[in-house]
Amino acid sequence: MMDLSSINPVVLVASLMVAATPILLAAIGELIVEKSGVLNLGVEGMMITGAICGFIIAVESGSPVIGFFAAALGAALLSSIFGFLTLVLLSNQVATGLALTLFGLGLSALMGQGYIGIKAPTTSPLNFGVLGDIPLIGRILFSHDWMVYLSLALIAGTWAFLKFTRAGLVLRAVGESHDAAHALGYKVIRIRLLAIMFGGACAGLGGAYLSLVRVPQWTEGMTAGAGWIALAIVVFASWKPWRVLLGAYLFGGITVLQLNLQAAGATIPVELLSMSPYIITILVLVIISADRRRAALSAPADLGKPFHATS
Amino acid sequence: MIRLEKRPSPSKVWTYATPVLAVVLTMLAGGILFAILGKDPLEAIRTIFWDPLFHPQFSGFSRPQLLVKAGPLILIAIGLSMGFRAGIWNIGAEGQYIVGALAGAAAGLALYPSESVLIFPMMVIAGALGGWAWAMIPAILKVQFRTNEILVSLLLVYVAENLLASASVGWLRNPEGGGFPGSRSLSGWDASSNPELIAGTGMHWGVVAGFIAVIFAYVVMSRHLLGYHIQLAGQAPRAARFAGVNPSRLIIMCLGISGALAGLAGLFEVTGPAGQISIDFNAGYGFTAIIVAFLGRLNPIGILLAGMLMALTYIGGELAQFMLALPAAAIQAFQGMLLFFLLGVDVLSNYRIRIGARETA
Amino acid sequence: MTTLLKLNGLTKAYPGVIANDDVSFEIAPGEVHALLGENGAGKSTLVKMIYGLVKPDSGTMALHGDAFAPSEPRAARAAGVAMVFQHFSLFEALSVAENIALGMENPPKPRELSHQIREVSHTYGLPLDPDRRVGELSAGERQRVEIIRCLLQDPKLLIMDEPTSVLTPQEVEILFTTLRKLSAEGTAILYISHKLEEIRALCDAATILRGGKVVGTCVPKETTAREMAELMVGKVLHQTKSGEHDAGDVVLKMESLSLPSSTPFGTSLQNVSLELRRGEILGIGGVAGNGQDELLAALSGETKVSSDVIKFENREIGQLGPNERREMGLLSAPEERLGHAAAPDMSLTENALLTGVVRQELAAHRFINWAKTKTFAETVIETFDVRTPGPTNAARSLSGGNLQKFVIGREVLQSPEVLVVNQPTWGVDASAAASIRQALMDLASTGAGVIIISQDLDELMEVADRFCALNAGRLSASRPTKDLTVDEVGLMLGGAHDMEVAHVG
Repeated sequence: MMDLSSINPVVLVASLMVAATPILLAAIGELIVEKSGVLNLGVEGMMITGAICGFIIAVESGSPVIGFFAAALGAALLSSIFGFLTLVLLSNQVATGLALTLFGLGLSALMGQGYIGIKAPTTSPLNFGVLGDIPLIGRILFSHDWMVYLSLALIAGTWAFLKFTRAGLVLRAVGESHDAAHALGYKVIRIRLLAIMFGGACAGLGGAYLSLVRVPQWTEGMTAGAGWIALAIVVFASWKPWRVLLGAYLFGGITVLQLNLQAAGATIPVELLSMSPYIITILVLVIISADRRRAALSAPADLGKPFHATS
Repeated sequence: MIRLEKRPSPSKVWTYATPVLAVVLTMLAGGILFAILGKDPLEAIRTIFWDPLFHPQFSGFSRPQLLVKAGPLILIAIGLSMGFRAGIWNIGAEGQYIVGALAGAAAGLALYPSESVLIFPMMVIAGALGGWAWAMIPAILKVQFRTNEILVSLLLVYVAENLLASASVGWLRNPEGGGFPGSRSLSGWDASSNPELIAGTGMHWGVVAGFIAVIFAYVVMSRHLLGYHIQLAGQAPRAARFAGVNPSRLIIMCLGISGALAGLAGLFEVTGPAGQISIDFNAGYGFTAIIVAFLGRLNPIGILLAGMLMALTYIGGELAQFMLALPAAAIQAFQGMLLFFLLGVDVLSNYRIRIGARETA
Repeated sequence: MTTLLKLNGLTKAYPGVIANDDVSFEIAPGEVHALLGENGAGKSTLVKMIYGLVKPDSGTMALHGDAFAPSEPRAARAAGVAMVFQHFSLFEALSVAENIALGMENPPKPRELSHQIREVSHTYGLPLDPDRRVGELSAGERQRVEIIRCLLQDPKLLIMDEPTSVLTPQEVEILFTTLRKLSAEGTAILYISHKLEEIRALCDAATILRGGKVVGTCVPKETTAREMAELMVGKVLHQTKSGEHDAGDVVLKMESLSLPSSTPFGTSLQNVSLELRRGEILGIGGVAGNGQDELLAALSGETKVSSDVIKFENREIGQLGPNERREMGLLSAPEERLGHAAAPDMSLTENALLTGVVRQELAAHRFINWAKTKTFAETVIETFDVRTPGPTNAARSLSGGNLQKFVIGREVLQSPEVLVVNQPTWGVDASAAASIRQALMDLASTGAGVIIISQDLDELMEVADRFCALNAGRLSASRPTKDLTVDEVGLMLGGAHDMEVAHVG
C-alpha cells in the first residue's frame, strides 16, 4: 500500500538540496568551461574520478575535508589531459570528452579496487545554534553540511565573477570569439585551460559529495549519469548561474520525490520511477531547445570550435 | 617551443600510421600502469595481446571468442562511424543495443514455443526496428526542436537500462524460472537460437552481419552520393546545404542506420552468446564501439581491424584477470587510454610539428 | 627629430613564402602614411609586427627614437600604438562598452567608461550608444566601436587596416573627416589600403609593397592613380571593357521577397524584387552584412521561399532545392569560398562533384562516377588557369584567387542559364580578379543572365549593365550603370534611394 503521508515536505526540501548538490557543483564548473568556448563532455568521468580520489584520501586521512581537496585536485588533473589534447593537440572536443568519460570510469574502478564496502568518515552538518531550531526554515536552511553552502557560494561567486569582474569579461570574450580575443592579445589557450581545470575541480567536488556524503560509500559507476545531467542543466540554464541552481534543485526534487515514492510503496513500477529523472531531463532539454532564437543567443558563439592561432 | 603548422593537405602516411602509433603508446603507458599495479608489464602485455591467440593451453578456447566479441563491436561501430563522419553524435548505442535485444526477444517469446523457421528472421527484423526506434527519439527531437542528440541519446541509455531491468524481473521473466530474474533461454530454444555457424570459429549470424555491414559501409562511403553527403555535412555543413543536402534527412538516416545496427547487435547477442534477457545483459559494447569507430579512423576497413584488436583486449583482459589477477577495470582504463592517445596523435595527420628554430624559406 | 616610428629592415618568413623582406620606412607625428599593396603583398604581416602579434625574424623598429619590440599587443598599446582591424575584432554578444573595455589596459568603471564613450564619440562625430549589443550594429557602427576603442587610449600611432572596405561613400567621408582631425591633433596614422583614390585624397606619404618588398614611395597627392597602380601590381594594367550586351527576355524574376532572418544577428530581407534578362549583368551593390548572404541563399535554393516569389522562365521555383534549380540552369557561387562554396579538406575532384553532379551527370543511380568527376575537375583547372599540382589536392591548399577561379569556373563550365555570384573577387589578386570578371562577361555574352553581388563598386560600374543597391535587407530599383554618378550610387547605398535618386534621374 502506498502511504503518501510518510513524505514530509520539509524533509523533502532539505533532502533535495543534498541530492542536487553533486549536480550543482558539476554544472557550475561546466558552465565556466562552456562560457570560455569549450565543450567538455567528460563531466561524468571527472565526477567519478573525484568520487574515488576523495573517498580514498578521506578514508586514509580520516578527514572528509582533505578528501574533498583531493577530489578537486584529482579531477582537475584529469581535466588537464582533456585541455592538453583539445587546446594544444587540437583534438575533437566531443570525442575527447567521451574519451575522458570512458577513461575516468575505468580509472576510478581500478583505483577503487580495495575500497568497496568501506564506510566514509562522516561529514557533519554545520551547527547554527538556535537558527537550526527555527521551525521549517531551520530544517531547510540551517541543517546542512559545509559543502551545500559552498556550492551555493560558488553559484553566487560565479555569477558575480562573470558579471562584474574584468577576468569574467575576458572569459566571456574568449568564448564569444577566440579570434577577436587573440587579436586583442588575450591568451586564449591559457584562459581556456584554466577554465577547464576549474570545471574539473568542481566536477570532482560533485563526485566526492556523492561518495563522501550522499551515499556515502564507493561503488563502481556510482555517478550513474549525474555528469550528463549536469551537462543538460547547463543548457537548461541558458548558461546563467542562478538558473543552474534552479535546474539542479528541480532535478534534485524529482530524484528525491521518486525515491520517496519508491519507499512509500507507490503502485508505479520501480523502474519507471528510476528512469523518470532521465526522461524529465530530456523533456526539459526539448522545451529549452525548441525556443530557437533564445537558444542561439545565449550559447557562447565559439562553443566547441577549435582554436589555432595562425599568426 | 613547439609549434603546430597546418598542412596544406592531410598527410596520407600519418592517416594510416596514427592508429598504430596510438596502440604502441598505449602499450607503453599500459605497461607503466600494470607495473604500478605490481604486475610484470611485459608479461601483462603478452597475456593480453599474444596469449589469447597463441597460448598452447588457452588459445583453443579464446581464439573463437575473438569473433564473438568483435562481431557486435564492429556492427555497432560501423553505424556510429557514419554518423560521426556527418557530425551527428549518437553516443547512446548502448541503449539502442538493449532495446534491440528486448524488442527481438519479446517478438520471439510472444510465439513461444512455436518451432517455425520464420521466428528467427522475424526476431532479427524486430531487433533492428527496436534499435532504430530508440535512435529515432534523439533524431526526431533534433530535427524538430534542435535538441542536442549527444545528451538525449546518452540519457536514453539509462532509460533503456531500467527497461531492461523491468523486463528481466517483470514482463519478460521466465514463467518457469522459479521467480529468478531473466527471460527464457533464447539460445536454448531452436527457433530463436543464434548458434555458432562453423564449429571452433566463434562465427555466428551477428559476425556475418558485421562483415556485411563493413562491405555495405565501404561501398556507401566511397561510391554512393549518401556517403559523399555524409562527409560533406561533417566537414563543411554550409557547403553541404549548398550541395542540396537536407540536414534533417541526414540526421534521420545516420541515427536510423546506427540505431538499427546497434539493435541488430543486441539481438544477435541475446540469442547467441548471452542466451537470454537478464538484468546485466549489456556489457558496454555500445560504449567500447565508440573507441572502435575512432581507432578505425571512421573507415569501414579500419573498423574491422580495430574491432578485432579491441576484442583481443577484452579476451586478453579476461585472461590476465584469470592468470595474473589483473583487475577487470584495468582493461577499461586501458581502452580509455587508447582513445586518448589516438585523439592526441591524430594531430600529426593534419599538422606538422615544428620544434625550436624557425625556418626561412 | 620628427620621426615617430622607424622601421628598419623588417623581415618575416613563413614556410614557403617571405611575407616581408627587408622593409624600412618612417612615419612622422601627425602624418597620414599609406601602406599600399595588393592582397598578399605583406601589408597585414607588417602591421601585425608593429602591433606585437607577430615577431619579426630580423630587423628593428624604433618609436620616438627608442628601440621598440612589442612582445604582445598589450605592450604595443602601452607604447601608444592602436589598431583598427580589417576583420573586426569585436564580440557580437557583448555590449559596445564591454567591447571597448576589452581593448583597454586599465578601463575605468563601467559608468565612467560609458560617459567617456559618449563624449569621445560626440567630439569626433561618431555617435554610438555604449549599451547596445555589437551584434545589432551596422558595419559602419562597428567600425566606430573599434575607432573609439583606440581613441580612448590617446594613441600616438593609429593603424587602420582596409577601413573603408565595409563603408558606404558617405560613411567614408565621415571617417576621413575624423582622421584629418586626428592628424591635425598630432596623431600619426598608418593607413592600409589598395584603393588608390582614397589614398590620394587622404594621405601625405605612401609606401608601396609588392611581394613583401618595398617597391616604391611617393607623395600620393602628386602621383596619379595609374602610376601607383602600376607600382603596386608591377605591370601595365589593361582595363577590362564592359561589352555591350543585348538584353533578351526575362529569365529570372523575384517578386516582393520578405524573409525573416534565421540567425540572431542576421539581416531580414524586406520586399525584395528584381528582374534579370538574358545576356545582361545585374550588379547588386552594398556593404556586406546587409542581406547579401540571405539573398544568395534564397536564389540558390538553400533557403526555400513561397513558390510564386521566384520565377525562372515563368516557372515558380521558390520551393525547389539547390539541385532542382541547378537542373533547370540556375547556378550560384556564394561569397565564402572555404566552407560554403567548397569544402576545405576535400580534394578539387570532390569539390567539383559538389555542384557539378546534376548538370554534368557525374552520378548514375546515385552512384558516383569518379573518373568522370575527375575529368570535369581537370577541365575546370585547365580552362580557368587554376594554379595547383592537380585535382587530388585539397581545396584549402589553393590561394584565394586560385580557389575562386575554380569555384567560378566550376559554375561557368556548366553552361548556366542564370549565374548568381556573391563577392566574386573579394580578397583575390588583381590578375585573378580580372580573369574572373572577364569570364562573367563572356558568360553573359553567350546569352546567360548574370547577377553579381559585390561591395566593390568600381567592379560593378565596370562590368554591370544595371545597378541596384542592397541596404538593410531592402533592394533599390535598378538603374543602368552607364548614366550613374558616384554620388547617386552613394545615395542609393545610403538607403535614401526612393526619393532623392528618383528626381535626380
